[in-house]
Amino acid sequence: MRPVRSALAGALFAALTLAGCGQSSPASAPSQTLSPTAPAAATPSAGFPVTVEAGNGPVVVAKRPERIVSLSPSATESLFAIGAGPQVVAVDDQSTYPAEAPKSDLSGFKPNVEAIIARKPDLVVVANDIGGVVAALGKVGVPVLLEPAATKFDEAYDQITDLGDATGNGDRAAELVAGMRKRLDEITAAAPKDAKLTYYHELDTTPYSVTSDTFLGQIYGLFGMTNIADKAPDPAGGYPKLSAEFVAQADPDLVFLADTKCCAQSRETLAKRPGWSRLSAIKNDRVIPLDDDIASRWGPRVVDLAEQIGDAVQKVSAG
Amino acid sequence: MSPGDATSGSSPSADTDPGVETNTGTDAGIGTATETNADTDTGIGTATETNTDAGADAVRKADARGRQAARLRPLVALAAMAVLLVSMLAGLLVGAADIAPTSVMLQLLDWLPFVSADSGLAPVELGLLTELRLPRVLLAAIVGGLLAVAGAGYQGVFRNPLADPYLLGAAAGAGLTTTAAIVFTGGDVEAIGIPAAAFTGAVGGVLLAYALGSAAGRGGGTATLVLAGVAVTSFLTAVQTFLQQLKVEELQRIYAWILGDVGGGWGQVTLVVPYAAVSVTVMLLHGRLLDVLSVGDDEAVTLGLNATRVRLVVLLAASLATAAAVAVSGLIGFVGIVVPHVVRRLAGSSYRIVLPISLIGGAAFLVLADLIARTVLAPAELPIGVVTAFVGAPFFVAVLRVTRRVET
Repeated sequence: MRPVRSALAGALFAALTLAGCGQSSPASAPSQTLSPTAPAAATPSAGFPVTVEAGNGPVVVAKRPERIVSLSPSATESLFAIGAGPQVVAVDDQSTYPAEAPKSDLSGFKPNVEAIIARKPDLVVVANDIGGVVAALGKVGVPVLLEPAATKFDEAYDQITDLGDATGNGDRAAELVAGMRKRLDEITAAAPKDAKLTYYHELDTTPYSVTSDTFLGQIYGLFGMTNIADKAPDPAGGYPKLSAEFVAQADPDLVFLADTKCCAQSRETLAKRPGWSRLSAIKNDRVIPLDDDIASRWGPRVVDLAEQIGDAVQKVSAG
Repeated sequence: MSPGDATSGSSPSADTDPGVETNTGTDAGIGTATETNADTDTGIGTATETNTDAGADAVRKADARGRQAARLRPLVALAAMAVLLVSMLAGLLVGAADIAPTSVMLQLLDWLPFVSADSGLAPVELGLLTELRLPRVLLAAIVGGLLAVAGAGYQGVFRNPLADPYLLGAAAGAGLTTTAAIVFTGGDVEAIGIPAAAFTGAVGGVLLAYALGSAAGRGGGTATLVLAGVAVTSFLTAVQTFLQQLKVEELQRIYAWILGDVGGGWGQVTLVVPYAAVSVTVMLLHGRLLDVLSVGDDEAVTLGLNATRVRLVVLLAASLATAAAVAVSGLIGFVGIVVPHVVRRLAGSSYRIVLPISLIGGAAFLVLADLIARTVLAPAELPIGVVTAFVGAPFFVAVLRVTRRVET
């Protein structure tokens, strides 16, 4: 979301308070009425204090932060992509990218408020408000941006814009978002739309999958593919545990593995699973190994993921 | 209670039982064994009055049992087998993949010796049936039977209706080693890795509890053993939670394992069968001895039974069964504690009935639970542990209500 002047922030406050912490969809609604490509804060120093609409409501950042702590791997990737890397003093133990990120033993899943404060942060970014970390840091006057998992592209873009505004890198953030949009358009334009392919996206060996309602599912949706997991009824949720025999019978054209790192899965291990050796995706070499991290984050690298999917679709349609 | 009473009570008849006689012989022959029994007596000596009461109570119980059938009636066994077969058939006919039930039936007939039938199943469907559904139903049956019979064994050993297969730290031990395997191997666990880790942990947890219980208590008292189990469970669970914290990204996999899964395929079936055969055979042979034990330690000793040794043997067999089940299916709860109770209510409380019928009933129960788990949200699945408790608990309450006049 772009920075909002104090008056506007006041007007929005009621709606956002109703939306509450972690309710990303309603909170993002106002931003869609505003153009995300509008010029952001003019110069890094002049833009402050700035108010950013995050998942936890309007957050005031008094001056350009120089000691950022990121407990969100996606936010870490975004911060470094928009040139805020030098301002980051610590990232959580799951922030594996980029390599120069100052990885620490801080945890975003079990945040230790004292350990965070010990880093003397002037801005903290989290993806989940676990254990009341947002309120606890608020009490000691540290601004916290809650940037929860994106459920659609616009939310992912909004979060990058948020981070740009909050760190004084608004211009770079706007450039990044514009670049992402452009590349995504090119990727989807290049892919054939009428391939009518079915796919299965595997999160782990259980096997859990994703439906088209999820952020990941929407990326696949850009290529007009049909998700076999969509047959699962709504109570199974956006990440259903699929039946192995159903996957075998559905025989998807493409299989995307997002458990290559966690569980060392590959075309070969898939072929060894009971009943799956006859999958046509295995026979035709259409099992696409993804990077678990890229496929579970909503930072700038979602474009890389889309590109990998687009390439696979093109390859299948060409062959 | 004198041996004469027991004989007239018809249930624990010492004179006709070769097992009991063997034990008597051992006691006489080896001085230490006799001493152990003496120890048991002095160990409980402080509660002599309670024991006298319990003894009188036991006589009444034994009498009550005498009026019931102490032996397994063929009709009950046949009914239980019929329920199991119908459950397994249903498990084979229904699934997330759309295979015509009539074709499955024909295929099953075709597999029977001397029968030939053309099911018309496509190779893919046949593959699904043989590689996914059939082993899944079999694994559910084996695991359910093992957990239920192990639960019955534990309840007999501890003479405690709350005893279940996880009482002595089998679940916590398996949970710890499996978590460690997942966390420290970075997910690159071979197919055999998880079962091996779980099996080792389950056995290790029980042995640890047994060692602690024996060191702390004297003469094999069961209360100390149960408390040792509680302590070991808490300790191992704490370590497991700590390991989980080290690698939060594996939480999902650990959690999925804990909730249980019987979809492991033929590999897991062949893994579990040898252990299942040994442990079940040992336990079924001890039904009569558990009946003797159920009248109380003092009485069992006067009947010439080495209570400590019977307990140890049944405990080992039940723990082996539990470890084997946990290794191939994770921590499926509820089966082990509830199935033996349902059997007691419906078929009789002699261990010569409870053990075999729990084996069959537990198998049928888990096959049905898995059937629900994989069809109610098809093509998505529920974790089987959710179904066993969610469906099992109301069923159990209903059985308790209908049969409330039967003593547990």
